[in-house]
Amino acid sequence: MKPTSARPSTRHLIIAVPWFWLALFFLLPFLFVLKISLSEPTLAQPPYMDLIREIEDGFVTLVINFSNYQLLLEDSLYLSALWGSLKVAAISTLFCLLIGYPMAYAIARSPLHWRLPLLMLIILPFWTSFLIRIYAWIGILKANGLLNNLLMGLGLIDSPLAIMHTPLAVYIGVVYNYLPFVVLPLYATLIRLDLTLLEAAADLGCRPWKQFLLITLPLSMPGVIAGAMLVFIPVMGEFVIPDLLGGPDTLMLGKLMWTEFFSNKDWPLASSLAALLLVVLILPFVLLRHFERRSEEGNP
Amino acid sequence: MKQRLPLLITILLFGYAFLYIPIASLIVYSFNESRLVTVWSGFSTQWYSKLLENEQLLGAAWLSVQIAALTATLAVVLGTLAALALVRFRRFLGRGSLEVMVTAPLVMPDVIIGLSLLLLFVAMEGLIGWPAGRGMTTIVIAHTTFAMAYVAVVVQSRLAHMDLSLEEAALDLGARPLKVFFTITLPIIAPALIAGWLLAFTLSLDDLVVASFVSGPGATTLPMVVYSSVRLGVSPEINALATIIVALVTLAVLIAGFVLWRQEKQNRLDAH
Amino acid sequence: MSTARQFKPEEPWQAPEGEPIVRLENVTKRFGAFYAVDDISLNIHAGEFFSLLGPSGCGKTTLLRMLAGFETPTSGRLLIDGQDVTDIPPYERPVNMMFQSYALFPHMNVADNIAFGLKQEGMPKSERQDRVAELMSLVQIEPLAKRKPHQLSGGQRQRVALARSLAKHPKILLLDEPLGALDKKLREQTQFELVNIQERLGITFVVVTHDQEEAMTMSSRIALMHEGRIEQVDPPRRLYEFPSTRYAASFIGSVNLFDGYVTEQNDDQVRVQCDDAGIQLEVRHSQPLVPGMAVTVALRPEKVRVIHQLEADTPNQLRGVIKEIAYLGDVSIYHVELASGKRVQFTQSNVQALAEQPLTWDEEVVLSWSANSCGVLTE
Repeated sequence: MKPTSARPSTRHLIIAVPWFWLALFFLLPFLFVLKISLSEPTLAQPPYMDLIREIEDGFVTLVINFSNYQLLLEDSLYLSALWGSLKVAAISTLFCLLIGYPMAYAIARSPLHWRLPLLMLIILPFWTSFLIRIYAWIGILKANGLLNNLLMGLGLIDSPLAIMHTPLAVYIGVVYNYLPFVVLPLYATLIRLDLTLLEAAADLGCRPWKQFLLITLPLSMPGVIAGAMLVFIPVMGEFVIPDLLGGPDTLMLGKLMWTEFFSNKDWPLASSLAALLLVVLILPFVLLRHFERRSEEGNP
Repeated sequence: MKQRLPLLITILLFGYAFLYIPIASLIVYSFNESRLVTVWSGFSTQWYSKLLENEQLLGAAWLSVQIAALTATLAVVLGTLAALALVRFRRFLGRGSLEVMVTAPLVMPDVIIGLSLLLLFVAMEGLIGWPAGRGMTTIVIAHTTFAMAYVAVVVQSRLAHMDLSLEEAALDLGARPLKVFFTITLPIIAPALIAGWLLAFTLSLDDLVVASFVSGPGATTLPMVVYSSVRLGVSPEINALATIIVALVTLAVLIAGFVLWRQEKQNRLDAH
Repeated sequence: MSTARQFKPEEPWQAPEGEPIVRLENVTKRFGAFYAVDDISLNIHAGEFFSLLGPSGCGKTTLLRMLAGFETPTSGRLLIDGQDVTDIPPYERPVNMMFQSYALFPHMNVADNIAFGLKQEGMPKSERQDRVAELMSLVQIEPLAKRKPHQLSGGQRQRVALARSLAKHPKILLLDEPLGALDKKLREQTQFELVNIQERLGITFVVVTHDQEEAMTMSSRIALMHEGRIEQVDPPRRLYEFPSTRYAASFIGSVNLFDGYVTEQNDDQVRVQCDDAGIQLEVRHSQPLVPGMAVTVALRPEKVRVIHQLEADTPNQLRGVIKEIAYLGDVSIYHVELASGKRVQFTQSNVQALAEQPLTWDEEVVLSWSANSCGVLTE
C-alpha cells in the first residue's frame, strides 16, 4: 500500500486528471491532423471540406481524398524539404555533440564547487528569449554585421562574407540554441560514471585516450543518444531558425508547413505535411524513450 | 590527469564564449545611438525610452506575462499529478500511454503541436461551441499541454529520490493521507515545484509558433510582436528589450543564489 | 555472549491466562507468488522487548510493517490489545514506529519533528511543548531542539527518531533495525540505553534486527525467522542453549552438527549412532524418541573439553588432529579433523591456552563433553 493511494478514488483522480488532459489536448489532435489531411481545401471558414457530406435528402457519404499525399510524393518541393530537414537536423546534431561532449566532460571533471555555477551558465541563455537569441545572430552574421566588420577591420577579408541567409547561418543558429539539450543529459551520464573503472583500466595498462574510447565513451552512450534525439527531433520541425536565418533556398518541413498554413491557407496540405513529419519522427522518438529508460535504470 | 587540465579549460572557455558573445553584443548595441545596430555612433538610452512608449509591445508583454503565469500554475498542478501517478503507482491501466504522452511533448516540433491543437479547437467549436473563438484561453490550454510535460519530468526526479518512509512516518504518527501530502510531501518537493513553475513560465513566455497557430485576433503575444519586428529588419528597440530580459533573468538567478547561500550560512550557524 | 537483561521472575508468556498485547492469527503476506510471511501465529505480551531476528528477506520487516499498518495481510488476523486491527489504517493504530532510515522530516527542526504526532491528535500547544521537553530530556538531546535533521550526527538522529516515536505513548513501539545505521561502538552503548528506556516506560517493544548479538543482548524473547516462517520463539538463553531446529542452532552462534540415528533411550538419556564420529554419542533429552529415528546432535564449540588421552568410563570422546587455529584475542578457535574426515570446532579461552602448554598444529587431541552439554535436533 502506498500512502497516497489510501483511497482508490484519490488514486484514480491522480491518474485520470493528467491522463485525460493529455489525451484530449495532445493525442486527440493528431487524429484531427489525420482527418484534415484527407480532406479537400476550400474557400471557407474553416478552409476545408468535411469528410462526411450530405449529398441529397439525407444521403450521407464519406469522401476521402488522398490528393494531398499524392502531391507530397509528386512535387519535388516537398521531398526536398524532407531531405533538407533531415540534413539540417543530422548535421547540427553532430555538431552539437562535437561541441557539447567536451563541455559536458569538462564540467563533470571540474572541482565539485565549480560544477553548479558552470551548469547554471549553460542553462542561463535558455531562460532568455529564444527569438532574441536568434535575433542576436542576425546582427552578427549579416553583410554589414559584427563578424564581417571585425574581419574587414582586421584586414582578413576585402568584401563581406555571405553567411546570413545561407545554410551555414541555419547550422550556427540551431547549434547555438540546442547546445544545452546535449550538454545536460551528457553531463548527467558522465557524472554518474564510476571513476574507479578508469583507474582499473589504467591499472590494467590502458592509456588515457584508450580509457576514454573503451570505458567512458561506451558508458556514456545512453546520454549521447538521448542528447542527440533531444536535438534531432525538434529541429526536424524547426520553423523560426530557418525562417529568420536561412534563405529562400533553405527548404525545411516546418517552414514549408507554416507557409502552406499561414500564407496559402491550405490547411489540408499543411496537415498532410504534419502527418509526414510525425511518421518520420516515430523512429527517433522510440530510440529516445529506449535510451532514457536505460539511463534511468542505470541510476541507482 | 594533470596535463589534460589546460585542454579542458580551453574547451570550456570557447564553449562559454560561443554561448555568451551574441548576448553580450545585444546588450552593448542596445546603448548605441545609431539605428544601424552594428555601427557604433555613441552612447544613448533612447531605445529604452522608445521601448517604453511602444504600447503595442507593452500590451503584448502584459498579455504574455498573464498567459505565462496561468500556464505555469496549471502546468504545475497537472504535471505534479502526472509525476505522482508515474512515480507512486507501479501498475495501472494507461500507464504506458501516460508515459508516452508525458515524454512526447518535450521533443514534439512546435509546428505540429500548434497545428494539431488548432484543428482540435476548430472542430470542438463546431461540435460543442467551445472554445468560442480563439485567444488567451486557447493559448493557455496549448501552453499548459507542453509545459506540464516539463514540470512532470522535474517533479518526477524529485519524487523518485524522496524517502517513502517519511510519508509512512507521518501516517504512523496519526496524519491522514491528505494531510501527509500537504505537510510532508509538498514541502519536500517544493523546490521542484518552484523550478517547474519557473520553467513553464519561461516556456510559455518564449513560445512563438504554438501561440501563432492557436491565437485569434486580439490576442497578440510578445513573441509575435518581436517576430514581426525582427522580420522587418534589425531594430535597436529589440536590443533594449533583450537587455531588459537578460537583466531580469540575471537578477532572478542572483537572488536565488543569494537565498541559497544565506540558507546554507544560516544552517551552518544553527549547527554550532 | 553477554546478556544485559537478567531473567525476571515474571515471564508473561508463561502465563496462559494473560491476554497478549499483540496476537497474530495465521497471518500470511504474499507478493505475487512470493510468500514474504507464511502462516505465522504469534503472541507478544505487554512489557516485552520482543525481537524478530533473521537474515534479510526472511519476512521480519514485512511482519513489522503489517503491525504498523503499511502492509495488509493477504490472509489471517492481527489483534492489538484485543482489537482486530487487520483493516485499520496506520494513522488510527495505537502503535508507533521507529524507521530504519529514521525518516526525520527534513523541513522541520528537532522539536517540530517530535511534536508532529502530538499535533495530529490535537494536543494544545503548551501541553505539547511540555511533552516535547520531557522526551528530549529522556533521550538527552535538549540542546538540539532548533536543529534541522541534516545538522545532526547519526547518533543524534537516532535519538530524535526514538523520541518522536515515543511521543504519543504508543501501546507498542515498533523498531526497524534501530541500531543498524550506527557504528559498532555507539551501537553497543545504545543497546543498553534502549533497554533502560523500555524498562522505565514499560512500553512493549517489537524490534526487527538481523544482528544476533543485538537481539541476544536486548530481548526478553526472540522469534527466529526463516523464509517467511518462525523457526523458534524463546528467551535468548533458551534459544542459544536449546535450539529446536538445525537452522536455529546454526544461525545463532557456531555449532557442530553430527547426523545419526537413535539407538536407545532410557530415562532422559539418548544414545545416537553417528557415523562421522565413529561412536555412539550420549545426549540428555527428555522427550520420547523412537529408536531408528534420524536426528542431529548439536554441540556448541565452547562446551568441548580438551584432554590428551582417552579416559575410561567417559562418554562422548573423540580423537582427532588439530588442523587450523584462529586467534581472536579473547578466545581461539580450533578445527580438529576426526578419522572420518569430519571437522569439529572448539574454542578455548586464551587465558587458559597460555597457562597450559599451548595447543598447536597437527597435535593429536581428545575432545570430550558431557551428555548435558549437547542437544538432539529432530528437524
